[in-house]
Amino acid sequence: MKSRINDFAFKIATANGTGSASANGLIMQAIFRMGIPVTGKNLFPSNIQGLPTWYEIRVSEAGYTARTPIFDLMVALNPATFDKDVAEVTSGGWLLYDSTWPLLEEKMRHDVTYIGVPMADLCNEAFDGVRNRILMKNIVYAGVLAALLGIDREELIKLTQEKFGKKPALLESNQQAIELGYQYTAQHYKCPLPIQLERRDATKDAILIDGNTAAGLGCLYAGATVGAWYPITPSTSLMEAFTAFCQKYRVDPETKANQFAILQAEDELAAIGMVIGASWAGARAFTPTSGPGISLMNEFLGLAYYAEVPAVLFNVQRTGPSTGMPTRTQQADLLLCAYASHGDTKHINLYPADPHEAFEMAVNAFDLAERFQTPVIVLSDLDIGMNDWMVPKLTWNDMYQPDRGKVLSAEELEAAERFSRYLDVDGDGIPYRSLPGVHPKGAYFTRGSGHNKFAKYTEDGDEYQEVLDRIARKVNSARAAIPAPFVKRREGARVGLISVGGCHGACTEALDILEADGLPVDYLRVKGFPFADEVREFLDSHDRTFVVEQNRDGQLRSLLILETEVDPARLHSIRSYAGFPMSAQPIVDGVLAKVQVPA
Amino acid sequence: MSYITKPQAHHPSLKPNALGLTRRDYEGAITTLCAGCGHDSITAAFIQAFWELDMEPHTVAKLSGIGCSSKTPAYFLREAHGFNSVHGRMPAVATGAGAANSQLKLVGVSGDGDSLSIGLGQLCHAIRRNLNLLYVLENNGVYGLTKGQFSASADPGSLNKRGTANTMPAIDSVLLAINLGATFVARSFSGDKEQLVPLIKAGLMHKGFAFIDVISPCVTFNDHEGSTKSYAYTRRHQIEVVEADFVPGRREITVDYDPGSVKEVTLHNGDRIMLRKVAEDYDPLDRDQAYAYIRDRQKVGELATGLLYMSGMTSDMNDQLRTGDTPLTQVSHGDLCPGSAELEKLMSRYR
Repeated sequence: MKSRINDFAFKIATANGTGSASANGLIMQAIFRMGIPVTGKNLFPSNIQGLPTWYEIRVSEAGYTARTPIFDLMVALNPATFDKDVAEVTSGGWLLYDSTWPLLEEKMRHDVTYIGVPMADLCNEAFDGVRNRILMKNIVYAGVLAALLGIDREELIKLTQEKFGKKPALLESNQQAIELGYQYTAQHYKCPLPIQLERRDATKDAILIDGNTAAGLGCLYAGATVGAWYPITPSTSLMEAFTAFCQKYRVDPETKANQFAILQAEDELAAIGMVIGASWAGARAFTPTSGPGISLMNEFLGLAYYAEVPAVLFNVQRTGPSTGMPTRTQQADLLLCAYASHGDTKHINLYPADPHEAFEMAVNAFDLAERFQTPVIVLSDLDIGMNDWMVPKLTWNDMYQPDRGKVLSAEELEAAERFSRYLDVDGDGIPYRSLPGVHPKGAYFTRGSGHNKFAKYTEDGDEYQEVLDRIARKVNSARAAIPAPFVKRREGARVGLISVGGCHGACTEALDILEADGLPVDYLRVKGFPFADEVREFLDSHDRTFVVEQNRDGQLRSLLILETEVDPARLHSIRSYAGFPMSAQPIVDGVLAKVQVPA
Repeated sequence: MSYITKPQAHHPSLKPNALGLTRRDYEGAITTLCAGCGHDSITAAFIQAFWELDMEPHTVAKLSGIGCSSKTPAYFLREAHGFNSVHGRMPAVATGAGAANSQLKLVGVSGDGDSLSIGLGQLCHAIRRNLNLLYVLENNGVYGLTKGQFSASADPGSLNKRGTANTMPAIDSVLLAINLGATFVARSFSGDKEQLVPLIKAGLMHKGFAFIDVISPCVTFNDHEGSTKSYAYTRRHQIEVVEADFVPGRREITVDYDPGSVKEVTLHNGDRIMLRKVAEDYDPLDRDQAYAYIRDRQKVGELATGLLYMSGMTSDMNDQLRTGDTPLTQVSHGDLCPGSAELEKLMSRYR
């Protein structure tokens, strides 16, 4: 068989809570350090121990990051899902199993090569204690895969040294386990398999990071000081990352005072209330949450919109409605976040496509929230937030100055003849703010009840409407300030394709496939809401546009229709919403179902 | 309800405080509550307390939820920021404001619907955090703006305006607060300004969560025969247990107290609160005893008032967060952002 270098995918099936996550991370990191582009997708259950979990690793010389549903190799170590896992291997592929227990001959597939390694036996002989034997079995399969795929053993050894350098006993058993797996496989099978790795130099300017960590880091660099939250999967690790960074970088070396406050709230209603209170008092404040949390925050979001208080929210989306599948990914909160709350509202939304953008957009979010004095919601998802992505190293420009918006200082208030909180002094729809405790002339009454431009209670229809209209103008004007859409046009393209957030990897790969098949398609990825003018122009310049997204109802398509008044007949929907990260082929198929490749 | 603008003219005979401000300087917009509403008396007590404490109005932040009581922050301290938030959620907004700027003097005003029904959870958790906030619950046992439904503080058997009796037990906010570990718990009556003003002053200066439940009759929907939150009923059943005096640290004590009848509590900044026992066997520094005493009085239909429980030095929310003396809002971005070199270094962790 002809060998396939640096272009294949494999999947590891284990049970949750057995320690396989660290082995899977080790394998992925070793490949990354070999300089080869790699992506990992962790498909895990909403459970602490026992339910099935999978880890998919895709190696792609071309740098494609989307999930692929085609697996050349399956590491099937979970008896509970064994039959299903075997069925997922592509024809002509390989199956690695623990041969401590025999397989039923009649159930074996004939188009798949079975590789048996007695992992449990090897561990029982080499290690003491039940827990240790279970843990080490994971490391054994890392060693097996090193032999089968050509993962550099030295990289694995080095990683264990970095990880367990301070725990000699653990280090020794880990290295022993790698050797056990490697030697057994090398002695019993022809290694490496035709799917194999070869060292490259394609990752030296990249990192492997998850979006929640990157967003937490963005909050740190943006200068956020107050974080309020209620723990919810899959957003929890964002606040955990922020906390860890603060403990490292935000403790005053002299006074030992914390230059941050993290408030674990009693629920999401309180979390957003705390953010609004802190922002009102002049801090940069944020809350990470997921869909159910946003549902609870709706009332407060309306208040922040109407009383014009900045707030930054991260919605790490999971499947809905209701509790949904908490550990599966989706983009089904697009409509909710665009117009959250009763009454006429519209919110600035940002849509990162990967952890690198999660970092940058975290910073953007604070600038936009303070500049426009309104909530900003960053919508990532479980796939971006919790999976490790290969992205360019994060960098920082030391010239960055936070945009605190129009906030009057004590001196400015002293000099002012009069301060009116909601007066459109500059004609741009953005009024001036004052902070509590600064100056008596800055005092005003912040309220969610009807108010006029002088911040006084009103039930006068004209006065009420004047303020509401100005706020609409203000928020709509943000479309020029949000990150510009990603656009890639192709020579000869007649149709367009629009996507959002984590669909990006699948879309770029699909568009390459289509072009190779003779169908060039223009591409735009929206990065924020309200939509930039380019979005309208893109729609206008194509007779038909495909809208790719991860929800049942075509929410991005609905938003485009609502906001740009494009003819709905010109927008074709391609959707994926089973809870798994998107892959390229359904997009290719979706386009080809409607458009013929030109002869 | 009045629509005229209140004149800001000062009467020359009005007495100025140490800042040269008169009580007028501590007032706000004209009230829109019903004539005779208990809440307006509490507003007057606030004005008096701030004036007596020589407090700069703009250093205060007034927060509230939704309801008649929550409107009142508009009626005092026109030179202070106010925040009329959403129903039952004032504690969260105050928590955020306090975390961001520990120097703000936070005052929260709420009602029994706001605090004991829709916002019960938030009240409980603000108490647990020991947020540095004076929380005044203007308690009238009834929903006023929606025209007369029972609230969760309505006593069982008390009658609404149509003569229907309440069948459910009341949530007693004072017992709740003591139970949850509040560090300053008082009860008063809007009609007893002499008791209320010193309580507000003491609560303002207490470091931590100061809770004052003030029975504040609703003249329109709950001041009739058969109500247990009416003026007449409260006057008949109120008994003062502990009288509180607030003594700023720099001032000498000029009142003669009977020896043995006074407990002195020194606050974090040296101010003192003198707790004069009116009921002989009462110890306002003993949480269990305070709880039992209030319950015993309730059983015989009496409403114990005064500074019912207080613990001395406490660790407030900002102490627990270890945010230090400088408010977070005053730390510069330069001090908050680790910069490009640190980020570059950090990146090796993700290789």
